[in-house]
Amino acid sequence: MVKIGVLALQGAVSEHLNHIEKSGAEAINVKNPEQLDDLDGLILPGGESTTMRKLMLKYGFLEPIRTFAKKGKALFGTCAGMIILAKDIEGDLEEEESLGLMDVKVRRNSFGRQVDSFEADLDITGLDAPFPAIFIRAPHILSVSDHVDIVSTWEDRIVAVRQGNILATSFHPELTDDYRMIGLFIDMARKAHVPADS
Amino acid sequence: MVNTVVGTDRVKRGMAQMQKGGVIMDVVNAEQAKVAEEAGAVAVMALERVPSDIRKAGGVARMADPRIVEEVMKAVSIPVMAKARIGHITEARVLEAMGVDYIDESEVLTPADEEYHLLKSQYTVPFVCGCRDLGEAARRIGEGAAMLRTKGEPGTGNIVEAVRHMRKVNAQVRQVVNMNDDELMTAAKNFGAPYEVLKQIKEAGRLPVVNFAAGGVATPADAALMMELGADGVFVGSGIFKSENPEKFAKAIVQATTYYTDYKLIGELSKELGTAMKGIDIADLTLEQRMQERGW
Repeated sequence: MVKIGVLALQGAVSEHLNHIEKSGAEAINVKNPEQLDDLDGLILPGGESTTMRKLMLKYGFLEPIRTFAKKGKALFGTCAGMIILAKDIEGDLEEEESLGLMDVKVRRNSFGRQVDSFEADLDITGLDAPFPAIFIRAPHILSVSDHVDIVSTWEDRIVAVRQGNILATSFHPELTDDYRMIGLFIDMARKAHVPADS
Repeated sequence: MVNTVVGTDRVKRGMAQMQKGGVIMDVVNAEQAKVAEEAGAVAVMALERVPSDIRKAGGVARMADPRIVEEVMKAVSIPVMAKARIGHITEARVLEAMGVDYIDESEVLTPADEEYHLLKSQYTVPFVCGCRDLGEAARRIGEGAAMLRTKGEPGTGNIVEAVRHMRKVNAQVRQVVNMNDDELMTAAKNFGAPYEVLKQIKEAGRLPVVNFAAGGVATPADAALMMELGADGVFVGSGIFKSENPEKFAKAIVQATTYYTDYKLIGELSKELGTAMKGIDIADLTLEQRMQERGW
């Protein structure tokens, strides 16, 4: 069975675990870098990106996740997870390094404060009907390199991207009952999955 | 923008879900807010005084000076919460208009209404409210609270009340989940809880909103204990900036909350933190001095 981990340092972890299980894959709560060896895919959940970055650095997750990506395993960042995956974070004052795995420039809290957080139906490449997207103090992508496919935009802002084995969204599929985004990601992870006996 | 909606339950509750596993810290100025953010806090609560100082000062405790809230909002990129008095419609609307990310309708301040809480479903900004049992939790959810926290006993540095409230709410949730459908209405009467909310709890197998621990968390081990008891995250009020070394203390509490079952680590984190806040035995507080008695 395909094994998908959720980085469980802070944020909406149980919602992703639930989505993975409902979609028929095995869900793993990831608290230590050694757990990555066993996975086909890893989700970086929504939460506070500054908090998550500090904990990822402190507990040695950066290099192991970079190695994981290099092996062709699948990664999916939602909201804060998308920020952490970006190579360029606009106006970043953090001294700590971030993962920097996607060739994109991201702006944090780009739709305003919490009172401006919203729901909208989005067209997404690869899905046949609009997706109910929930944006919470969400980031958006300002620019991408040629290696990055734009998967969805909302009012001319890029809100979902894919670069090879890495997927990222500004919004939170895990807060809905719609399992199509996690389905897309599990398919990506399945392609990276190497059966143990081969 | 025909298909765009703000202030939905999913958006308001979702904001609290993003805070899970994190620590929300009380701060009284920009400088403290930056220390909290640097330590890894998921949000800050902007206040004029922390609860232990509210206790000492006595008199009427109100919404903070908006200048303090604004200063904190400018200083950090993490969400900023602020407290309004129970039932104070105008304080809540003012905080909403300022763009505060979350409002705590809080018993730490002197109540403005001794009968009614805010109808929180009418606001775009989400609210967090305190609770001691399932009835109180369900009434606040019924009014539109998007997040809960135990009341504990604020400003005491004593975890005993937060433990009592977390255990009680979770035990009562388990009771409801295991009930037959025909028992729910009487349970609603006995708990003082809206029937519809109990039905949701039974169906989902859990509270429909996130529930944090608050009111008495003073050490990394206290924070970890509350996570062990099923809290979704932790509020630390007076504990951090009343300790000897707030920066070290704040970092230790954040890590203990994330790795709450790594006891060896918590032991390491607890070394040489300096003196925690002094603390008050609950028995030394009269009923009138207990903030948890506020709220209806």
